[in-house]
Amino acid sequence: MKAQLFEITHTTTYEYHAPVTVSHHLMRLTPRSLSRQRRLDHVIEVEPTPAATTRRTDYFGNDVTFATIERTHRRLSVISRSQVAVSPAFIPDTGETPSWETVRGLCRVDRTASVLEATEFTFASPLVPVEPVFAEFAASAFEPGRPILEAVTDLTAHIHREFRFDPTATTVSTPLAQVLEKRRGVCQDFAHLQIACLRALGLPARYVSGYLETVPPPGQTKLVGSDASHAWVSFFCPGLGWIDVDPTNNLFPSMQHITLGWGRDYSDVSPVRGVILGAGKHDLKVAVDVVSLECEG
Amino acid sequence: MNQSQSSTSPPSSLFGAGRSTSTVFDEFVSDKGQTRAHWRTLAESLERLGPHELAARSENCRRILREHGVSCFTTQNGRGVDEPWRLDLFPLMISSAEWRSLEAGLIQRARLLNLVLHDLHGVQRLVRDGFIPAPLIYANPGYHRACQAAAAPTGGYLHTYAVDLARSPDGKWWVMADRTQTPPGVGFMLENRTVISRVLPEAIEAVRPRTFSESVRLRRETLRRLAPRNQENPTIVLLTPGPRNEAYFEHAYLARLLGFTLVEGEDLTVRDRRVFMKTLEGLREVDVILRRVADAFCDPLEMRGDSLLGVPGLVEATRAGRVSVINALGSSLLESPAFLPFLPGLSRHLLGEELQLPSVATWWCGQGRELTYVREHFEKLVLRPAFTLSGHAYRPAEMSTVERAALLEMISSRAHEFVGQEEVRLSHSPVWADHHAESRPFVMRLFVLFDGVNYQVMPGGIARVLREPKLGSAAVPLSGLCKDVWVLPDADHVDEPATSVPSIAPALERTASDLPSRTADNFFWLGRYAERLENVVRTARCAVGRLSDDTAAGSLERIRALGQMLTRLDMLQVADKAPSPREALQEEVLALLHTDDRNFGVRDLLSRIHFAAFSVRYRLSADTWRILNRLEPDARPRPGRLPLVFASSMLNTLVLDLAAFSGMEMENMTRGHGWVFLDLGRRIERATNLAQLLRAVLEVGGQTGRLLEPALEISDSVMTYRRRYFAEASVSGMLELLLLEPSNPRSLVFQITRIEEHTRDLPSGAHRDGVAALRRRVERLASELQSLESTGFEGIPSAESADFLERVIIEMGGISELLTQVFFSHVTPQVN
Repeated sequence: MKAQLFEITHTTTYEYHAPVTVSHHLMRLTPRSLSRQRRLDHVIEVEPTPAATTRRTDYFGNDVTFATIERTHRRLSVISRSQVAVSPAFIPDTGETPSWETVRGLCRVDRTASVLEATEFTFASPLVPVEPVFAEFAASAFEPGRPILEAVTDLTAHIHREFRFDPTATTVSTPLAQVLEKRRGVCQDFAHLQIACLRALGLPARYVSGYLETVPPPGQTKLVGSDASHAWVSFFCPGLGWIDVDPTNNLFPSMQHITLGWGRDYSDVSPVRGVILGAGKHDLKVAVDVVSLECEG
Repeated sequence: MNQSQSSTSPPSSLFGAGRSTSTVFDEFVSDKGQTRAHWRTLAESLERLGPHELAARSENCRRILREHGVSCFTTQNGRGVDEPWRLDLFPLMISSAEWRSLEAGLIQRARLLNLVLHDLHGVQRLVRDGFIPAPLIYANPGYHRACQAAAAPTGGYLHTYAVDLARSPDGKWWVMADRTQTPPGVGFMLENRTVISRVLPEAIEAVRPRTFSESVRLRRETLRRLAPRNQENPTIVLLTPGPRNEAYFEHAYLARLLGFTLVEGEDLTVRDRRVFMKTLEGLREVDVILRRVADAFCDPLEMRGDSLLGVPGLVEATRAGRVSVINALGSSLLESPAFLPFLPGLSRHLLGEELQLPSVATWWCGQGRELTYVREHFEKLVLRPAFTLSGHAYRPAEMSTVERAALLEMISSRAHEFVGQEEVRLSHSPVWADHHAESRPFVMRLFVLFDGVNYQVMPGGIARVLREPKLGSAAVPLSGLCKDVWVLPDADHVDEPATSVPSIAPALERTASDLPSRTADNFFWLGRYAERLENVVRTARCAVGRLSDDTAAGSLERIRALGQMLTRLDMLQVADKAPSPREALQEEVLALLHTDDRNFGVRDLLSRIHFAAFSVRYRLSADTWRILNRLEPDARPRPGRLPLVFASSMLNTLVLDLAAFSGMEMENMTRGHGWVFLDLGRRIERATNLAQLLRAVLEVGGQTGRLLEPALEISDSVMTYRRRYFAEASVSGMLELLLLEPSNPRSLVFQITRIEEHTRDLPSGAHRDGVAALRRRVERLASELQSLESTGFEGIPSAESADFLERVIIEMGGISELLTQVFFSHVTPQVN
């Protein structure tokens, strides 16, 4: 199958109610280069022009841009433009994957670099508590001895079935236990929930931040969450690596998902995070536009 | 030779009652019932003084601490309380031989922890090779991923380090906690020694304990060398979480002692990956930050977003290597009690040495075998949080069956969050209790400093006296009774001067670039609010006087006029047609004094004064601070007294308190920039209040005559007026006296002249245009006043005078705003 080319424009605009004198921003807006994803072009435009901009790789290997604006402003806009080529994801047969208990056991004892790295994603993180209640929610999918891929597929379907996509139900600060109780939320909540379920079972799971194709090819339905940045989950399968799964759309991300980066939860990879000096509230607007170009040869 | 020095002598009479039971180690008396050798000189010296003298010395000790303003900020029932520092008269003695072994153990431990921090913030070989279990790091909230790969200052992560130690019944010392982040206590330790040296000079002279002057000098030198550039004259700041931190006293104390500027997060700003201090002279680059803010709160951009204590961009600045942060960001990681059981193995692995100073026996429940052990020995152990020093200690032995089951359940579900620890039955030491010695349990904190090459242990410490022979939280609190720790010198130790902790005055600003803008801002508002309070108090006192005295006919009209004037001043609201003007005014005046939420009422102003003063506390003398602290209690209502009678005496007291404060301000404060801003605030406020008062007098239709006396009284000019005019009060006479009389310190011209002088003293380097604009405004007002002087107020219609007063009010507001704009970048960060 050919690679799919995407052109992404991600615009974030802050309108401040009072003048801001100095502001610092951390931006995680640069798509990662992966085996199935090539970054062809990328630029971030910040207005007003920052006094200083630096780029580095963060703890999780994501590209992060640090910018400081030192003149008084009432409006900040960040436009990230990327061109990315995406190839299909490899999804193994469920039978090829080890039982989920095997994965759990391995993470407890194995200290090889890749397993150790995965182990870091088995613990609670700022937005994802690890509580027995999440293990209970996942229990029906995780029968003893079940191959991990099969169990995760089942859990994904379970979340998709049980929860309703509802942007009015939650905010960034809604606790996960409340999401579980309300059975409503957005992609970020569903990703956090699935991560909590996997971690409560002792399995590594990370949070993936990225985009969805905005306008689907003819004949396909538009995916949920495509008007803003999207989030999904990645779980660890020894020997096979990390496998992505999207609980919001109940599918394995492949040709319509573009990865920005990952972390333990949203707090590690929020696309734009800033501290401003100046009083008052602000209005925030985010617009994401993902256009698929002709296929690469 | 004194008999008590012979080896067979029983413990002396003074300490006779202070014996501890045989189940714990007694620091003072040996098993055979004899005074231990290293205590004898001290004991003799104290015996010679005798109980009566010791009681007097103990009182003296309390008095000095009070005078020095030594305190510890604690929260009690949700309210912040400044708890006085309590120092026991008796030091804790450590023999030179014992010290040598403690010293060696501490230095080894510091070296070890520094290496571990290096590894964990870099390649993490210790995790890969299995010396440290992965969950101990990855599940640890103290593991700050943003600090990974950030540059550590020269020499490493650990520059200041403290250890809490306890001695078990067999005489062995055990480490209870490693404090690797921002160990508090050094400042208190130095202050303790200063005070004890004054209180027990005989004992100091006789014992000659080792001193700290060398450590202090070394500290200053070492921090200087840590500057990434500009080592000749680096800018070093001490970053404090602020006056509401328990150890704020010592932050201020150390900043003064070491000659660094005390700053809060708001005083610093990151530009182009460099850290700057916002000063009156503009931005000044900072080279070294000695921080007392915890890791998680240091940078809202990369660490906890809800923190307002830190500096946005600080982590990025450390990555750029332009600033050294001490201790390095991320060093809180090793404060986790769960590390304790791994230290012996790490010591063998990293140093090739056995760990000399053992930690209290600890089992981390995150490991299978250890968890089983903890379960099996549940009732003999203390359970504590694995990742933090603070937090509750559980003692299953003291719990009910139900509680025990709940605890076991909790540990099973979140095993890696707990450690089990053996209880150390703490040793006892004599404590002075009014008229005799008592034996009390304690823990001891010792401090280690990095000198650029090696670690050095400060020869002394703080002992914290406890009520019970066991520790609650692993984080030993700062508050409560403490002891100075005296280390005996080696026979070959060169004597230093006995009392060589330098005494220190309030912080000096050598130049305007030493004064953070926020501090100047607080001084300015301290001046304004103190003056505003005085105005409210004098006005209320005038009203209370009229309400209490005026019984004669026609007094009702006076009361009505007064009510109208105060309403015009916006101090209170009395309706023009109030059926009983007297009662209406009384009710409103009392509300002005006692109602909490009354904007610019007495209570509101008191809290504003307190807030401003707290923030500049370490730049005020102890006496000034004490006077300010008297205001609130003096203004507290006392039930059971007639409201007006009480109000009158309370207001008189407040007038005197405020006079004492302004007296301190004039006679006790160095004329630095802080003082200039304080006085600017006072003068601007006084000019505004005066103009408002006179405008109200002129505008309360047809009542002007009745208000002349109150106006003179409120502006404290009755005597001056009588001396100058023998005649009855007249409007023009009053206006001349209060507006134009240069010798009257309450007059407008006096305030304007002072403001004009101050604008000449303002630092103008970085704000030339702003300062020039400020001067122009003040000069224009001054010349208007001068032209009034030539004409006088005789024959001038009151409407015209009122117009002029209106202009004064507007101009004062404008000048205040301009000052704020030019000098105080008063903005609070927000995270989104």
